[in-house]
Amino acid sequence: MNPRSLMLNAYVYAVLAFVMIPILVILPMAFSDTSYLTFPPRGFSLRWFQEFFTNGRWMAAAGFSFAIAFLVAIVTAVLGTMATYAMVRGGGKLASLFQAALVLPIIVPHIALAVALYLFFQRIGLTGTIWAYVLAHSVIAMPFTVFTIAAALSRIDPALENAAMSCGATRFNAFRLVTLPNILPNVLSGALFAFIISFDEPVITYFLAGTRDKTLPRLMFEDIQMNITPILAAIAVLLTALSVIVLLAAAALRRLSQNRAAITVE
Amino acid sequence: MRTIARFLEPDGRFLSHGSVLLLMAPFFALLLFAFLYPMISILSLSVLEPQPTLANYERALLDPIFVGILLRTLEIGLTVTVVALLMAFPVALLMARSSGPKIVLITACIVLPLWSSVLVRTTAWAVLLQRNGLINETLQFLSITDEPLKLLYTRTAVVLAMTHVLLPFMVLPIYGSLKSIPLNYDRAAEIMGAGPLRRLREITIPLAMPGILSGSLMVFLMSLGYFITPALLGSPQEMMVSTLISQQITVLLDWPFGAALVGVLTLFVLAVTLLFGKVARFDRLMGAGA
Repeated sequence: MNPRSLMLNAYVYAVLAFVMIPILVILPMAFSDTSYLTFPPRGFSLRWFQEFFTNGRWMAAAGFSFAIAFLVAIVTAVLGTMATYAMVRGGGKLASLFQAALVLPIIVPHIALAVALYLFFQRIGLTGTIWAYVLAHSVIAMPFTVFTIAAALSRIDPALENAAMSCGATRFNAFRLVTLPNILPNVLSGALFAFIISFDEPVITYFLAGTRDKTLPRLMFEDIQMNITPILAAIAVLLTALSVIVLLAAAALRRLSQNRAAITVE
Repeated sequence: MRTIARFLEPDGRFLSHGSVLLLMAPFFALLLFAFLYPMISILSLSVLEPQPTLANYERALLDPIFVGILLRTLEIGLTVTVVALLMAFPVALLMARSSGPKIVLITACIVLPLWSSVLVRTTAWAVLLQRNGLINETLQFLSITDEPLKLLYTRTAVVLAMTHVLLPFMVLPIYGSLKSIPLNYDRAAEIMGAGPLRRLREITIPLAMPGILSGSLMVFLMSLGYFITPALLGSPQEMMVSTLISQQITVLLDWPFGAALVGVLTLFVLAVTLLFGKVARFDRLMGAGA
């Protein structure tokens, strides 16, 4: 390796260390025996996990966030599949409008949308209900689901559906029996992304929180502000594990769909 | 009777206008209810309360206190963008020139944090930067400082943590455009006698410019509206616009003024995106994130 490339490598690994160190530092602290966060962690115990799983406040928040994320996954998968199918198979002005509308929630800062929803939902009495979160999170997660579905849908030869229809299938049946099974892995992986986006979403959640039901990110926010205890590190371990599991599942699903696409094309 | 020929458009598009509308209707209903209407409603609040006026915008853009906060937000956004660019370009370069397990390792390090909770990472930074945290202990151990530095609740903390969160959005677009440069260009220049720095300056960087611009724009715009990091790690004396908005809306209950601040932020971000929209290509990001 020549000196210049050695320098480049050293620099890049330093940057990667910057990226990884905060994550690698927080995770072991979950197993600390102390009542405050310190590195390196002292002692070894699972008390903070136990604390998390036995504390009603944290469990209620985790359950609430889970319910929201689950509904968001369903809403984005269903609405996303319908709209993406219309975009890919329909085209035209509406498809362009759809694409433009889709990126809006990515461009507009979340703080702006959060405050707008805070005022609107308060006016119509939706604040504090689960639907306030589900609607808001569906809007911001939708683009990620749609792009995952569109990637699969654009690979599928429309002639397959035409063939089914020329054999007498209705369009809905042609979609249900021919196209849907082929894009299903991507629909599911899009839904998983939406789940994670909703589960981790801190900003909108912060503003929509009622006094009674709180989401996990909202409770974490309060704890970071008030007193940082190793329970946050334990949650970090659990959240990281959840993300990794979901990402691996999504990747496996997409691989499945690519293999199928290869078969379809052959 | 519908004939098969009517389905068979050459590009595979065969849904009628009506069905397209019907299939997209639920999506647009959702967008209208939980995005467009609330956004329009808050923007109209900023100019219509209590009567049609631009006073709220005047206050936001002329009062030295608020101008200071807006300028500081731009300044922190620019700092984060520059720091992220300096970190990201070499990473993207090495990614584009590597293969095998090395590229998997780098990609994993860059992409995985994208899917880890922002609050988890904020906690990590709070712990690292606190008075008796790892960074202060290391600095003292190396005798760089004698006593612990105040790192938490400073601008440095905000810039570090924000760069940490936004770095992937810089690396991925740059990697995308570096990857699309044919290797022959670099080789040809080398044969003609250009040194590595000259090749970097005259071939690699100009050809990677779309990715550099798109990444920088994305990081800059995302940093402007960032809420969590400044709220938890920033100094109360060095407020950014997102914290100001939150304070006006939820604490001081000055909704029209808070709405005007939302207007300033949103219109600025939209204007920059429209101006540079061709470069920014927000849609490119999705494939990369997945």
